[in-house]
Amino acid sequence: MDGAGGCDGMTAPATGVSARARIRAVPDGRGGTALPSLAGGGPVALRRTRSADPAAARVTLVGAMSAPLGGDRIVIEARAEPGAALRVDGSAATLALPGRTAEPARYDVHLQVGEGGRLHWLPEPLISVRGSELRQHLSAELSPGARLVLRDEQVLGRAGEESGRLCTRLSVRRGGRPLLDQQLDFGPGAPGWDGGAVLGGHRAVGQLLVVGPERAQEPLPARVLGDSAVVTPLAGPGVLVTAVAPDALRLRRVLDSALTFTSW
Amino acid sequence: MHLDHSHTGHHPERHSASAALPDGSRRALRVGLGGPVGSGKTATVAALCRELRDRLSLAVVTNDIYTQEDAAFLLREAVLPPERIAAVETGACPHTAIRDDISANLEAIEDLETALLAKGAPLDVVLVESGGDNLTATFSKGLVDAQIFVIDVAGGDDIPRKGGPGVTTADLLVVNKTDLAPYVGSDLEGMARDAKQQRGELPVLFQSLRGEPGARPVAAWVREQFTAWTARAVATA
Amino acid sequence: MAGAAALLLLADGRFPAGGHAHSQGAEAAVKAGRVHDAATLEEFCRGRLHTAGLTAAALAAAAAAGHDPLALDEAADARTPSPALRRTARKLGRQLMRAARATWPGPELDELAAARPQGVHQPVVLGLAARSAGLGPLEAAQAAAYDNVSGPATAAVRLLSLDPFHATAVLARLTPETDEVARRAGTAGSGAVEDLPAASAPLLEITAEQHATWPVRLFAS
Repeated sequence: MDGAGGCDGMTAPATGVSARARIRAVPDGRGGTALPSLAGGGPVALRRTRSADPAAARVTLVGAMSAPLGGDRIVIEARAEPGAALRVDGSAATLALPGRTAEPARYDVHLQVGEGGRLHWLPEPLISVRGSELRQHLSAELSPGARLVLRDEQVLGRAGEESGRLCTRLSVRRGGRPLLDQQLDFGPGAPGWDGGAVLGGHRAVGQLLVVGPERAQEPLPARVLGDSAVVTPLAGPGVLVTAVAPDALRLRRVLDSALTFTSW
Repeated sequence: MHLDHSHTGHHPERHSASAALPDGSRRALRVGLGGPVGSGKTATVAALCRELRDRLSLAVVTNDIYTQEDAAFLLREAVLPPERIAAVETGACPHTAIRDDISANLEAIEDLETALLAKGAPLDVVLVESGGDNLTATFSKGLVDAQIFVIDVAGGDDIPRKGGPGVTTADLLVVNKTDLAPYVGSDLEGMARDAKQQRGELPVLFQSLRGEPGARPVAAWVREQFTAWTARAVATA
Repeated sequence: MAGAAALLLLADGRFPAGGHAHSQGAEAAVKAGRVHDAATLEEFCRGRLHTAGLTAAALAAAAAAGHDPLALDEAADARTPSPALRRTARKLGRQLMRAARATWPGPELDELAAARPQGVHQPVVLGLAARSAGLGPLEAAQAAAYDNVSGPATAAVRLLSLDPFHATAVLARLTPETDEVARRAGTAGSGAVEDLPAASAPLLEITAEQHATWPVRLFAS
């Protein structure tokens, strides 16, 4: 860990795969969205898939990613230019696995949404496998008139398995100002992570973030969803759903139920 | 919303019960009501509100032990409109909130002062009701200008004799529920004698809210305090 | 250590800034059965220390280091998704401001009080109060980190009738980690505001909103 206890600040690992994938979405001039740049890299394969929304382009992260492995450094950049609508989802969960070295893996996602642009970032869960160590940073830069729906789910260990170490930071800036900054640190070596303040024995944790200018006009009231989830209006124009659950299935169920009344 | 009318860019320090509002005007008189659990503090506050609300601009701050029940009672009884009632939560230590760490109560009082001033109805008197506690609980002088200690005849007629800071030092001692004295075998004359012994010249009022004159004597005492408070404020202005 | 007495005063649970009425999540954890004895209290406090505690301590350190308190208040908002926790933080910030201006008066406290009469996040005020008392970022972080464990421990004594010696022993066992968190926060506080730690705890956010809806409770938060 670095001095501040963040997920950042690591030097680039000397071993393992270093890969960068890019998605860039622009308006196609006919009411739809074009993808002038769609480039996978390393273990990240990207496919343009059929979108239910005619205005949006849809990209699917394909395959059961057996990465990142310890020592890998994977970067995905997704940008929705002004007026573009992009939806990114996944076909299967991502597994964080132990590598040949003791070095942690790095997984960075940089999202950018321009004025009037829309981005749905809805990957499948990240599963922290026993013995793995992954540092993930999801960052988003939004224009004031941008819209974002972002889901981030973490599962601590496969069924019945101990968790690996998973440190993840979600930082969202809007118009250059901080909107949301959250860092989670779970698994062996993370102090107090399984106690009554942090996870309390739950093995799946997720966040669903919805940002849009509409949220400034009519902020939702905070809302408790059962025993282990809550919908919270942020100080800025966004709403965050935070949920913990015994497993990935029940986590998704809660986040999906929240999506019905949080979306713009 | 707030009271930063000074236009100097500096928010006047209001850490204690300074006698003036930030705009220089007189703030409300603050009267604390303390006493053991069940002695009738909330009922007395309700009765005082009914007696005084037509003559004075009133507000109440309650300090409940683990609920907002007292505030809810006052709201239900409609003794004052909701914007004149505030509840302070005390973290299981009601005496701390009125004596050792008065910050939450000062905030609540000032919020009421601010809100009512903004409505053009500046407050005359704020009644601060403590959570039911023991005989040692008294209000800080940083929080209230005068305090009433409420005991009752059913709690034992030896309470005045036992003394304690509430009984001996409160500006007014109220012995409540005198109508129950015959049933619980309390000796009112003895209580009066013991109280006199403990309190010297400090006043004691015996009260029953079930019948005449109800809370009127205590209300009259509060009005006297308010008159003196106003006179002091004028003299120092 | 220079200023040790001022630090003791600032970190004293009796410092009259309203903390006694707040359990910092302990009341909700007790009700959910997650805290029921000294061992579970210790894990609760440890988790809080390394999440909300680290974040608060770094904000306090940054304020003590002279960062713009309004930028720090914004950073604290981004680190506090729960509106109940934001309300509590600002309320306690306002109460601490009152106490700090009475104990260590200074122009920076006055200016912040004037700029934000409804209060700023408590750790920011704590850092500025430390600065006004002549203390540095590390001391501000120490006060904040200690507050994040001593508050729940005190509350647990009242909520569970826990043996006070056991609760205090929990705090004693946590002292090396409390110092370590304060050290990291103190260092981070001297860096850029956007790089401050953002460590968070899902259950603290979730249960804060649940607790805020309870009609019957001992603590305000």
